[in-house]
Amino acid sequence: MGNKQTVFTHEQLEAYQDCTFFTRKEIMRLFYRYQDLAPQLVPLDYTSYPDVKVPYELIGSMPELKDNPFRQRIAQVFSEDGDGHMTLDNFLDMFSVMSEMAPRDLKAYYAFKIYDFNNDDYICVWDLEQTVTKLTRGELSAEEVSLVCEKVLDEADGDHDGRLSLEDFQNMILRAPDFLSTFHIRI
Amino acid sequence: MSRSLAFVLNVPETPQDPEDSQEPSPYDESEVHDSFHQLIQEQSRWVAEEGLELQHRALGAGALGASGSDRQALLGPEGAPVYSTATLRILASMPSRTIGRSRGAIISQYYSRTVRLRRRAGRPQLRDVGRSARPSLRLYDLELDPAVLEEDEKQGLLVKELQGLTVAQRDHMLRGMPLSLAEKRCLRVESRPPRGKRRARGRHGLLSCCSRLRDSCILASHNLGLVLLSGLQALMPWHYALKRIGGQFGSSVLSYFLFLKTLLAFNTLLLLPLLAFIVAVQAAFPPAPSGSAPAFRGLELLTGGGCFTHTVMYYGYYSNATLNQPCASPLDGGQCTPEAGGLPYNMPLAYLFTVGVAFFITCITLVYSMSRSFGESYRVGSTSGVHAITVFCSWDYKVTQKWASRLQHDNIRTQLKELLAEGQLRQRPRRACGRLQQGAVLGLVWLLCLGTTLVCALAVYTFSELVIQSRVSAERDGALLALPLVVCLLNLGAPYLFRVLAVLERHDSPVLEVYVAICRNLILKVVILGILCYHWLGRRVGTLKDQCWEDFVGQELYRLMVMDFIFTLLDTLLGELVWRLISEKRSQRKGKPEFDIAGNVLELIYGQTLTWLGVLFSPLLPAMQIIKLLFLFYVKKTSLMANCQAPRRPWKASHMSTVFISLLCFPSFLGAAVFLCYAIWQVKPSSICGPFRTLDTMYEAGKVWVRHLEKAGPGVSWLPWIHRYLVESAFPIYLASALLLAVIYLNIQVVKGQRKVICLLKEQLSNEGEDKIFLINKLQRIYERKERSRVGRTEEAVMPPAVFTDDWDAQ
Repeated sequence: MGNKQTVFTHEQLEAYQDCTFFTRKEIMRLFYRYQDLAPQLVPLDYTSYPDVKVPYELIGSMPELKDNPFRQRIAQVFSEDGDGHMTLDNFLDMFSVMSEMAPRDLKAYYAFKIYDFNNDDYICVWDLEQTVTKLTRGELSAEEVSLVCEKVLDEADGDHDGRLSLEDFQNMILRAPDFLSTFHIRI
Repeated sequence: MSRSLAFVLNVPETPQDPEDSQEPSPYDESEVHDSFHQLIQEQSRWVAEEGLELQHRALGAGALGASGSDRQALLGPEGAPVYSTATLRILASMPSRTIGRSRGAIISQYYSRTVRLRRRAGRPQLRDVGRSARPSLRLYDLELDPAVLEEDEKQGLLVKELQGLTVAQRDHMLRGMPLSLAEKRCLRVESRPPRGKRRARGRHGLLSCCSRLRDSCILASHNLGLVLLSGLQALMPWHYALKRIGGQFGSSVLSYFLFLKTLLAFNTLLLLPLLAFIVAVQAAFPPAPSGSAPAFRGLELLTGGGCFTHTVMYYGYYSNATLNQPCASPLDGGQCTPEAGGLPYNMPLAYLFTVGVAFFITCITLVYSMSRSFGESYRVGSTSGVHAITVFCSWDYKVTQKWASRLQHDNIRTQLKELLAEGQLRQRPRRACGRLQQGAVLGLVWLLCLGTTLVCALAVYTFSELVIQSRVSAERDGALLALPLVVCLLNLGAPYLFRVLAVLERHDSPVLEVYVAICRNLILKVVILGILCYHWLGRRVGTLKDQCWEDFVGQELYRLMVMDFIFTLLDTLLGELVWRLISEKRSQRKGKPEFDIAGNVLELIYGQTLTWLGVLFSPLLPAMQIIKLLFLFYVKKTSLMANCQAPRRPWKASHMSTVFISLLCFPSFLGAAVFLCYAIWQVKPSSICGPFRTLDTMYEAGKVWVRHLEKAGPGVSWLPWIHRYLVESAFPIYLASALLLAVIYLNIQVVKGQRKVICLLKEQLSNEGEDKIFLINKLQRIYERKERSRVGRTEEAVMPPAVFTDDWDAQ
């Protein structure tokens, strides 16, 4: 495996390899996926750190994300300005966190940010209602949705302040062994 | 206080403050909460000294939400709590609020972690690493008071700490930080050790040299690991296949294919020592051919006999002498080849040791992966948080197809509805009559299933006795297939019968249904395999007195494996393809058949048990199993994509993986190990073939070697000593078992204690939360009162003093 690629310098690839959970080959594969999203926009030479952002509409149309009800939140959380438009760094970061080698704490942190729709660092009742509605595609009645949210708060809210803080969320994730296998996107 | 506190609160009648008439104001509580009163007074004084300016807009918003009891948070129009600006400012500087997008807090948190790491000079324990992302106040050094340092200084400190770690630890830390990639790259660049600094350390030259060496070794092994990993990924070209399966069918069906991959790894692990130490060596030094080998007919592939008999495939081929020995002593049956520098190779010993060591390695790997899987699935003190887990952890992000994700939506909706219904049902206790009826039906079905198992066992036993009595010889190859055929037919038919019977009983939870089905199938397979083992080791050894019974047993296992594979293919064809065609013709709403995960996994475990049972008698059996598993992967994948749909009931994929690997360890591997130990320790090997033909038991080869070592001299006398006092005598085993039991009991007690502590902490947490709400509301009231009094003062100096003093009348 020699340095036949001309997209990144050797140092850049090393840096990506050290800061994400991907190997060199996977990083190159991800770069080509990113480039395929917007071939006119993304240059084939990243040695000069070009400032290129792929708009959210293209990111959200990726086959891995297009049927995910939370794709908009995922893109917003990982994008630089919270608007869903992602640079290559954001793109790599997103798939690194969602890969199977990321530790539970890191995933729990980002999962919390994804489910926190109003970005107030707490998952309040409104956030929960949004989550449940998106999960069930609006097919539960409003009464059932509020009942579910009430039960969720009963179970997970440790300090009884009416909303979930990051610690409550992490404690609840610890009890869910499925979290690592479901919060995982293969690319 | 001379007299005891009277816990009767005098609630003053203050008509001017209607909201306070429900409970005493802070100033009235001085008799009950002395310190709290002081705190409030202090706060009020501090706030007055600071001279906080409250905006009129905040006043308007605060006044709106002023109604409500103190227990609940004050709610505004959108349901979010509405506080005044002063309260908000204080709330914003609470430690728990600094998490979120704030880089400074994350950097501080990781600074404290790296400090701990460097001090301990080792990898952090899993339980210490970031259970909570909130920087606890205890961990703050005096230097890192967040109010004092700027973010850049914090970053500088973090960088310095990172430099003190080893490369591997630094990379691990960097990857796990929830910062963006650009920031991580900056940290990485800054925390690279500068080149000049290393040479400056003159005094600690040796230490720095050692640490440099260690660092470069670690880096080299890390790079090697990466190369191996990418090489391994290239070898296993199933990445996209697994991705498609996961995308269309979800994690639960994927767990079957991942289990298949695990079994492949186990078989490879088993095969490598066997290939290296037994098969390759014997193939290099073949024994003299005894008679002409029969021609190849197609039937050998099914029966394993014929021209396969006298090959490295079976036990009988292996010589019982020392191979490659120098020509000083005459070899029996071997040619005298004076190879210069050749090492003598004691074949019987090598055979025994290699099989033993391979099994031991498999055992260790199994137990390790089982305990790791178990550790991830079950937690101490975890109560059921079913709703929360369903909402947050049940959406499978791997799913990529539209119809698959629609199925997921439906599944989750059904699950939530069922949970809500269950909650309501639990409030209505079921009648005793209904429970009795259900218990009776359950008992009946279990009896029927056990009866079926007994009938199958009797059938196998009778048939095996019949086969012995009819004296089937090796010439009539086709008839040898009769017993494996019967066994496979029973293994195929009985589970369908169990499924039909299970329709009668109605379980509360679908997971329980699956576990019960697995249990029944497992009992059936264990009983049948037990009878077969008795048939081989108990009866066949007797009837094949002057023939090579080990070869025969090896061939039986080969036949069983091949038949099992054929029947699995037939089952896939009939069970899935034909059912799909039938249901499509009838155009039922049910549509495609579901992929039966439990049944297929049990098939895999059964096949693996057969491999483990037969390794002693046929060292190349793991190679057969590997080929079979490879075929099976592609066949099952094709059938799945074409014929099946995802299971309707949601599955807990990780619990299931734990169950699968525990089943692989306990009945399967343990049974095979017991069979192996019995064969080695108790059964007399046949006298005309194999590496143990002159001995009473296979284990004697080891004893012969130890006696040989004893005679060899005092240099290796510790080996015989170990053998005599640790292996032969029973006392060390008793001691070890007693110690193990004591350790297990202590661990159980520790876990019980931890559970109690967790309950106490939960209570404390909820109390603290209530305190927090209470304090926030009190704070809010104080600011409101201050603002109202200020507004009262600034509005008009003409205000009648009566209103002013009324405000402070509550004293």
